Amino acid sequence: MKKRYFPIITNDECKGCGRCVIACPKGVLALGSALNAAGLPFVAVENEEACTGCSLCFYTCPEPGAIRIAEEKEDE
Amino acid sequence: MSSKSLLLCGNEALVHGALLAGCDAYFGYPITPAGEIIECAAKKFPELGRVFIQAESEIGAICMVMGAAAAGQRAMTASSGLGISLMQEAVSYLAGMEIPCVIADVMRCGPGIGNISVEQSDYFQVVKGGGHGGYRCPVIAPASAQEMCAAAFMAFELAEKYRTPVYILTDGMIGQMMESVALPEPLEKSAPAPYALAPGNARANHFTSIYLDPAEMEKKNEALLAKYREIETREQDAELWRTDDADIVLVAYGIMSRLAKNAIAELRRSGVKAGLVRPKRLFPFPKDALNALVPQTKKFFAVELSGGQMIEDVKLAIECRRPVELIHRVGGKLISVEELVAKVKAAAGTHL
Amino acid sequence: MKTIRIIKDRPAGFLPEFAERPAPLRRSTHYCPGCGHGVLHKIVAEAIAEFGIKDRTTFISPVGCAVFGYYYMDCFGISTPHGRAPAVATGLSRAHGNGVVISYQGDGDLAAIGFNEFIHTVNRGENICYIFVNNAIYGMTGGQMAPTTLVGQKTSTTPRGRDAALDGLPFRVAEIVASQPNPVYVERVALSTPKEIMKARAAIRKAIKNTAERKGLSFVEVLSPCPVGLKKDAAGVSKFIDEEMTKIFPLGKFKDVSAERVPAAERVPVYDKEKVRAALFPPDDGAAGGVPADFRNRSQIFDKERRIKVAGAGGQGVLSLAFIIAHMGRLRNFNVTYLPTYGPEMRGGTADCSVVVSRGEIASPVVDANANMLIALNRPSLEKYLPQLKPTGIVIYDSSNIPLPRLGANQVAYGVPAAQTALESGNPRCANALILGAFARMMDELFLTPEDAADFTSVVEAAVRECFADKPKIIASNIEAFRVGKEKSFRAVSSGR
Repeated sequence: MKKRYFPIITNDECKGCGRCVIACPKGVLALGSALNAAGLPFVAVENEEACTGCSLCFYTCPEPGAIRIAEEKEDE
Repeated sequence: MSSKSLLLCGNEALVHGALLAGCDAYFGYPITPAGEIIECAAKKFPELGRVFIQAESEIGAICMVMGAAAAGQRAMTASSGLGISLMQEAVSYLAGMEIPCVIADVMRCGPGIGNISVEQSDYFQVVKGGGHGGYRCPVIAPASAQEMCAAAFMAFELAEKYRTPVYILTDGMIGQMMESVALPEPLEKSAPAPYALAPGNARANHFTSIYLDPAEMEKKNEALLAKYREIETREQDAELWRTDDADIVLVAYGIMSRLAKNAIAELRRSGVKAGLVRPKRLFPFPKDALNALVPQTKKFFAVELSGGQMIEDVKLAIECRRPVELIHRVGGKLISVEELVAKVKAAAGTHL
Repeated sequence: MKTIRIIKDRPAGFLPEFAERPAPLRRSTHYCPGCGHGVLHKIVAEAIAEFGIKDRTTFISPVGCAVFGYYYMDCFGISTPHGRAPAVATGLSRAHGNGVVISYQGDGDLAAIGFNEFIHTVNRGENICYIFVNNAIYGMTGGQMAPTTLVGQKTSTTPRGRDAALDGLPFRVAEIVASQPNPVYVERVALSTPKEIMKARAAIRKAIKNTAERKGLSFVEVLSPCPVGLKKDAAGVSKFIDEEMTKIFPLGKFKDVSAERVPAAERVPVYDKEKVRAALFPPDDGAAGGVPADFRNRSQIFDKERRIKVAGAGGQGVLSLAFIIAHMGRLRNFNVTYLPTYGPEMRGGTADCSVVVSRGEIASPVVDANANMLIALNRPSLEKYLPQLKPTGIVIYDSSNIPLPRLGANQVAYGVPAAQTALESGNPRCANALILGAFARMMDELFLTPEDAADFTSVVEAAVRECFADKPKIIASNIEAFRVGKEKSFRAVSSGR
């Protein structure tokens, strides 16, 4: 069984503070240059394969649901 | 009065009334001349499984009341003018959040630290709102120990009916004086109101008084104003004493209403047809009772231990259709019966 | 086959939608980008959902940036006056035995305007979870000095930097709380690096758990980023916390007795009508020496309102004498008023008391003219109040220290050497009971039917028993003194007549 993890960003709930970008030990996240519905920059998943599911970005993010962490399992 | 009565001072009678009315929690800070309230509560509340805390200040006390009352308990505090000043920020919040509770003010002299003798100079402070924002609180004005006991019942009833803080406004003499009191039967305990922050209620319940949007704030305030108008229409209460044929009407509450009765008896012996309107509630002021007396009355007298506070409500009530004269003393002295008789005679003479 | 599971989702302690927020923003908070409040809210929301306590939790929204905390939390909420959250929390916590109260306050709210309420709540050890958000700045009002602002830190009210000599030093709250015996758990954490955030999460969860288990007051101080107020970006604000704030506000556990603290019993609200009646209502008539409700003494004197002044020096037992008389009236179905002078006069060495006894309604309780009776225990009192006695009034006086008073033609006086007799008998405090004896003799001789005379003695005894119910030793000596007083008292013949 293979497992992998990845963050899910809800663009319109992100305020682009950049804390998650610093928090991630693997450099998964980066601030993008686009603007969301509120007119704010938001974070983008740049390097999804590096995600270990540690969830530090989730707890560093001040918004309730801007970042969620998913686990994908694949049965062989 | 049956021998099943107790001899209690007004302050103790208030605590007895509160306990019989199912008051769950007392929070207070000591002050003269309200001291017997917190002392009696300290003794009786814990004995009966109720909550008692001597708070760190009047500010703490009223905010503890806020917490317990928000949680759906019947809660009260008491103080005298200085302490009421400290409480009034929270009273404004309580009015805005529509949390029912009871506050007693046993008045002493002011301004400043003043002295602990009798005055009625917290009238504006308590009757007109007092704290910030345009709120009003019903104000019950007991004039005996028996009425102090009953006031607790009435206060909790009004508080819950209208979701509002309610004041009991009395003076040091009524608070300190002992009288026979017949205790009423204890009330049944009711379940916390559905809006309370009480286990079993919807957890969406919350209290706030912040409305950033002016439209929302206006809606909220208009609703409060409508409530106050309803209270003004429905909840006036006054004792009329020897007013049937009176053409001189004294208006007095609390201790001064008691002395006024002796003065009226004396005035009548000398041929002056005097009567008394005793507001039993000061908000709402008994406008209807006063207005009904306008046609027969030559002159009204506002008799108060403050320098002309209640008189404004008398004038407003009758829309100045008759002369209203102030008889007052301040500083801790009562207006004696003799003085009252002499002043009414002297002033009434010009209108008789 | 691939399956996807969300392992970290929007915590269930948040409301599904923030209905109070403007329509397009109902999933996000009102906080500025990068604010520590959001991080803390998430930790709290996650905890109350996971612990299954949403239905018994109240989240207190303070005045400060978290004033809208109730927008977000799926539990009870209340927003309190500035600084008063601890007192409101106390009321809430005492009201319900199993409530979980979370008092969430900023540095201005808790450490400045509300510190008095806070520290006394700490001292009482209320069962409350404290989350103290220390960001070294006033956020909501726009960047003014907080009690926790660092020395040298520029704010809009310390434009030259906080000056220790003028503005005081950063206020260390966790250390103060930990120095008190009652709190169960005190820790300072920081929302800087992910590692510190995870420690903060553990601390807050522990504090909430302690509260849910009724272990008392738990306090977590959180060094929290305010990027906008501090004018720093995400990296800068974390650096400020880690490198500057922690120098003054060291992180760590200051106290933890959670393991050994015995949970407080859940207060069960008591409302027992019979218990209330037993505690408050007077005992049965028989036990109190009372009479049936329709009993009336027949003597004519009792048909009129009687106004009595009792006066003397402090320590002579003036008030207890007046109190006994008032009780006598009550025990025989009269209305009575008992009005002592109170306050500085009471403390200044003189004591006087107005007692009115009437079958009808008593209007004025003040006896300042037209007194029917003056009971004087010393000479100054007699001289002061004699002019207020009615022309037909009666004086009762202590003849051991007051000379025979000059009376009007229709006034009567009864004396008894009360103080002296009491002193000689070895019970100086019973002097007032001897006066009561003179009172009884006067009533016997002037006013009472034989039945009422006998009844008068028994009502005196009943009133004495009632007044001294908690001092049984005194009862017998007072009743004996009353008997002696009645025997030794005499009708004085005034030189004025």
